[in-house]
Amino acid sequence: MGGMAAPQVAPVETPDVDEVPVADRAWVTIVWDDPVNLMSYVTWVFQKLFGYSKDKAEKLMLDVHHKGKAVVSSGARERMEHDASQLHAYGLWATVDQA
Amino acid sequence: MFRRHGEHCVATFAPDEVRVLRKVASEVVGLLSEGFDHEDPVVERLFPDIYPEDPHNSAEFRRYTEGDLKTSKIDQAGAILAVLPSDGGGEVRLDWDTAEAWLRALNDARLAMGVRLEIKADTDLGEELDEAVLRDPTSSRVFQLSVYAYLGYLQESLLNALTD
Repeated sequence: MGGMAAPQVAPVETPDVDEVPVADRAWVTIVWDDPVNLMSYVTWVFQKLFGYSKDKAEKLMLDVHHKGKAVVSSGARERMEHDASQLHAYGLWATVDQA
Repeated sequence: MFRRHGEHCVATFAPDEVRVLRKVASEVVGLLSEGFDHEDPVVERLFPDIYPEDPHNSAEFRRYTEGDLKTSKIDQAGAILAVLPSDGGGEVRLDWDTAEAWLRALNDARLAMGVRLEIKADTDLGEELDEAVLRDPTSSRVFQLSVYAYLGYLQESLLNALTD
């Protein structure tokens, strides 16, 4: 095969591996502010459950605290229900909604 | 309060602290077992509706998940009861998994007390306690508020020890 010119390949738009169909992406898990949960605990739960970095988890926690709620994950409905019930096991006030 | 000791989180509790922890953990177990009542605001807080504007789907989801959630909450409160010294005070050593169970259980206990004590976003715990002491230093509210504050410090110290 030596000597053959490398075939010219045009860059192709490859779908992102994380990409999910629009219908499946249309759900979100929301965490609501609550006067009891410690800020440090909420940050820890976000890191632990979602594998978020400390910075991202802290930013989400502050959104919950200052804005009253924050979207913490999005995706297929079943996944969001799973996320919400995990959050309930940790005592966070979580709901599921359509984005 | 907890501190990190190698792979463990360690705390030494006075007899009074052990009594308080046993009481609050037992109350959580009671609330989730024989005392379980969907109308109880504490139960509403520990088992929130997943679709606040859709009672039908919330109920459906609850039907499938509530049993497991209840069991895990009873188990985590049980993790506190299981390692407390049986008599008087003493040292408690928690491995990683047990420490996490304690964190969740302490949080459930604080949520339950927070609902009963009507803790709000702008509640100043120090002021609440001062007022309650002025009204009646022997009242149950004074005791409950101080236990609630204590559990918050304990949970924070455990979280710090765990993530240290």
